[in-house]
Formats: sequence, C-alpha cells, structure tokens
Amino acid sequence: MAEEQITAEGLHKTYGDVGAVAGLDLAVPAGTVLALLGPNGAGKTTSVYMLTTLVRPDAGTARVAGYDVVRQADAVRGAIGLAGQFPAVDDFLTGRENLEQVGRLYHLGRRESRRRAQELLERMELLEAASRLAGTYSGGMRRRLDVAASLVGRAPVLFLDEPTTGLDPQGRLSLWGLIRELVGDGTTVLLTTQYLEEADQLADRIVVMDRGRVVADGTSDELKARYRGDRLELRLAAPADVPAALGALAGIGAHEPLAEDEHGVVTIAIDDGAAALPAVVRRLDDASIPVSAVSIRRPSLDDVFLMLTGRS
Amino acid sequence: MSRSLHALADVAAMTRRNLFAQVRVPALLATATALPVMWVLLFNYVFGGALQDGDVRYIDYLVPGVMALAVTFNLNNSSVAVAEDVNKGMIQRFRSLPITRWSMLAGRAVFDTLRNLLALGMILVVGFVAGFRYHDGAGRAIGGIALLLAFGFAASWLGSLIGLVARNVETASMGSLLFAIPLTFVSSLFVPLTTMPGWLQAVAKVNPVTHAVDASRALSLGGAAAEAITWTLAWTVGLLVLLVPLTARQYRKVST
Repeated sequence: MAEEQITAEGLHKTYGDVGAVAGLDLAVPAGTVLALLGPNGAGKTTSVYMLTTLVRPDAGTARVAGYDVVRQADAVRGAIGLAGQFPAVDDFLTGRENLEQVGRLYHLGRRESRRRAQELLERMELLEAASRLAGTYSGGMRRRLDVAASLVGRAPVLFLDEPTTGLDPQGRLSLWGLIRELVGDGTTVLLTTQYLEEADQLADRIVVMDRGRVVADGTSDELKARYRGDRLELRLAAPADVPAALGALAGIGAHEPLAEDEHGVVTIAIDDGAAALPAVVRRLDDASIPVSAVSIRRPSLDDVFLMLTGRS
Repeated sequence: MSRSLHALADVAAMTRRNLFAQVRVPALLATATALPVMWVLLFNYVFGGALQDGDVRYIDYLVPGVMALAVTFNLNNSSVAVAEDVNKGMIQRFRSLPITRWSMLAGRAVFDTLRNLLALGMILVVGFVAGFRYHDGAGRAIGGIALLLAFGFAASWLGSLIGLVARNVETASMGSLLFAIPLTFVSSLFVPLTTMPGWLQAVAKVNPVTHAVDASRALSLGGAAAEAITWTLAWTVGLLVLLVPLTARQYRKVST
C-alpha cells in the first residue's frame, strides 16, 4: 500500500461554543486525491488549517508528509503547498515577481526561483500577463496565480481550499487537468469543495463533512452504491405542495422522501422505480397534488449528499 | 543554507517586499516623504510666531520635535500595512511557508527603520533650508538620530500589533491614531510642558515621547541629555520586551 502522506486522528477544533471540527479522521495515500466535501461551515477550511499548521488542534493528532503538524510544524511547512480560499497575491508585484518571491521564501535561490516562476507562468497560462502588476489581474487570473504560488516549492502534498471558486468553466477544466497531472507525477492532493461534480471528477476518496463532523467517507462509487436502487424524481406543479407531498409519500421508499428547497422537487429512494411509480402517482392524486414531471434515474452524488445531510 | 542564513534571507526578502510596496503604491510614498516635510513647514511658518517662547529660535526647537513626531506617527503606516496583509491573506501564505517564523514581523520593523531614516533625512533637509542648525557637533547629532530610530523601532512593533488585532485597514488606522495623537501632542514636542495645565503636565512627564523629544533637543541644541537619553532607552527596551512577544503571539493567531 502506498505510504500515507496525510493522516489525522480525532482532530478537534472549537471556537468558543462552536465545534468547528469535531473528530476528523483521515488517511490519504501518496499520489491520490482526497476531497473534503461539504457546505459552508462544515469545517472543511478549519480542517485544512489544522493540517497546514495554521491552526493548532484542540485535540487529536495529524501527520503530513510524515511530520507531526504540531511538533514538527516547520518540517510540515517545507513539504506543503497551500492555496487558500482567497487568492493571496501581492497586488504591487507583477505575476512573475510574485512567484519569484515565493520561490525565495521556499529557499530555492534566485536562479531556481526564476526558472520555476517561468515554468509555472507557462503552465498556468499567465505568461502574457506576467509583467503586469497582479493588482490588474481579473479574479480568475489571481486565482491561477495563487495556485501557481502553491506549486512553486514542488511540495509533495498540496492543499487546495475551494480552488475553482471564481473560475469560468474553461478555467475549471484546466485546473482539473493540472491537478490530474500533478497527481500523476506523485503529488498528494487534499482539496475542499462545495461542488459535488468536482469531488466526483477528481477525488479518489471523498470525505463528506457537515457541521464539523464526518458524515460519510468513501470513493464516489462506494457512496453512490450505499444508496442503491433508483431515484424517483417528481416535480410538483406547485412548490407550495411539497410538505403535503412529503406526507402523502411517507413510507413508500426505504428512506424518507426528500425535497429540494425552492423548486418543488421531491425525491424518493426506492428499489424499483418503475414498479413503484403507479402507487406514487395514485397517492399524490388522492391528495390532489398535481405533478408536472416525473423521472426515474440512478443516484448521483447530489442525492447522496442530500441523504446524508438533509439538504443539498 | 544554515538556519541563521535562512533567517537573514527571509528577513531580507520581507524587507524587500515592503520596499516594493512603498515604491509602487504612490500614496505610501507620499505619506513617507511629503508628510514630515509638511509638518516642518506648517509648524515653523504657520504656527512658529504663536508658539515662539524664550530665546531659542523656533526652528531649532521644532526640528528635533518633528523628528520624534515622524518616527512615532510611522506606527500608523505600519498598522495599516500589516492590516492589509491580514486582509489579503498574505499572512496565511507566509505562515504556511517554511520561512523563519518571526521574519515577516522583523522585516516590517527593519523596513520601518529605513523609512524613518528617509523621513528624518527629509526633515533635516527642509529644516536646514528653513534655518535649523545643529549646535552641538556631529557626534551628538548622529547619536540623536540613532536614538530616534531606536525609539521608532519600538513604535513600529506597536503599529504591527495594532494591525494584527484590527485585521482591517480602517480599524487599524483609527486604532493607531488613538495612540499616536495623544502620544505626540501630550508631550514636549510642540510646546514646553510648563504651558500645560498641571494635570496634563503630569501625564506628559511620563510620556516616552517627551523623553525622546527632550533627548533629541538636548543632543542638537546642547545641554544635559543623559537623563532624557536614559529614559528614552529604558522605554524603548521596555516596550520591545512587552510588544514583541505579544505581537508574535497575535501573528500566530491569524489563519485567514
């Protein structure tokens, strides 16, 4: 088995009364991608901060690249790259100068810093803008520059906190491609995301977090398989009917029927969607709830998430 | 590279970064150079007649005072710069890099000393044009400048602390002015203490800026400087002993 580059056991962090992270366990083998998936406030960013030595855990242990995050923090810092939630670039330096500066701070020396900056500017398609001040860059360019900065040190372990926020679809695909390349070269990546598709596409393993706790942990397929069978999706003609529909459909599937917030869509997990369909339609008809569309499909990660956290 | 060489390199990189910011952000350059010059001209020509007291020429009385004003008020610049760094996530970046932990703060203090040196230089140039002269020799003159730079070094750490606590530019600026204004005005900087009401004199007498100003004046005009110098150095060391660990601790708390 590949050596584990990131391990965590029972990480806790509390701010005042709030348990930002309540018991995180992780094991990420080298050369793989782990996605921390969850909504805002789930504790993803705090978890990343603990693993990157920015925040001291209140309890629990963690090791990154073989070093303890509390007792060997300096060694951890030398082995990681971090691209935080908001791009951290100096507006008054050019793109190139920003990257060269990070190189110097990784103690690469002047020549190597220049080489590395050039290499990354090409890779992140920032060469044309390299001599412009970073303050003039668009949001997407700043994000790309920030990710480039996290790559300067050729760190074996990369932490990316919501890396594709603010990128257009092309930029997102491009970054996904880059992550795949890096992983192919042996880099270990831990990324946080709110985008289910991103986790699905990139991650070898997904840890789903909600309100500081891990609610599920597995590969994308494992998570979907846990929720076997079909998904019956009913779009109600009137979103206001949702509560009544939930009541009318209770007990039909293995799990409680679920409703997506604003659009009047009710989802039922059921073993055989086609067989159950007549009963579903009859119940709604009896309750005088008009339905505008029905579909039967396989579960997506979205459904899994909804199932786990009660919301999408 | 050995660890101490790394530390030096890191502090140098941080100082360099601050220099770039200074030069490329026009507003910063202006406040560093134009402001002290303005104070000399303003107080000498506009207020000089009214504030004149005794037989010392006002410009000779004023310049050492404005020099102390510049190094003290610089804490406002430090606090704003540090608050910006917090706001923009740069502190997060630096804390996750394998640099010497205190290098960012040290780089700020070193840079502030260089900026103070520039400000003092500008004040002296304008002062000389307006008639200021050193009356007690080059040795004491240089000593006076060095003393003010040391005091300014301590003030810079206060600025950094305020910036780290404030976390945004407006709060940092307000917070640092709340310190800088009373410190500089309730002192012997602009007027002799004897012109203040008794209770205010008492406050001004314990103000470290009063000692810095008195020392600075004694070293340029001549006269007993030993007591003022001692008090200034004591305050400088005391402030550093208090502020440096506090600032470092606050720095470690910044994660976003």
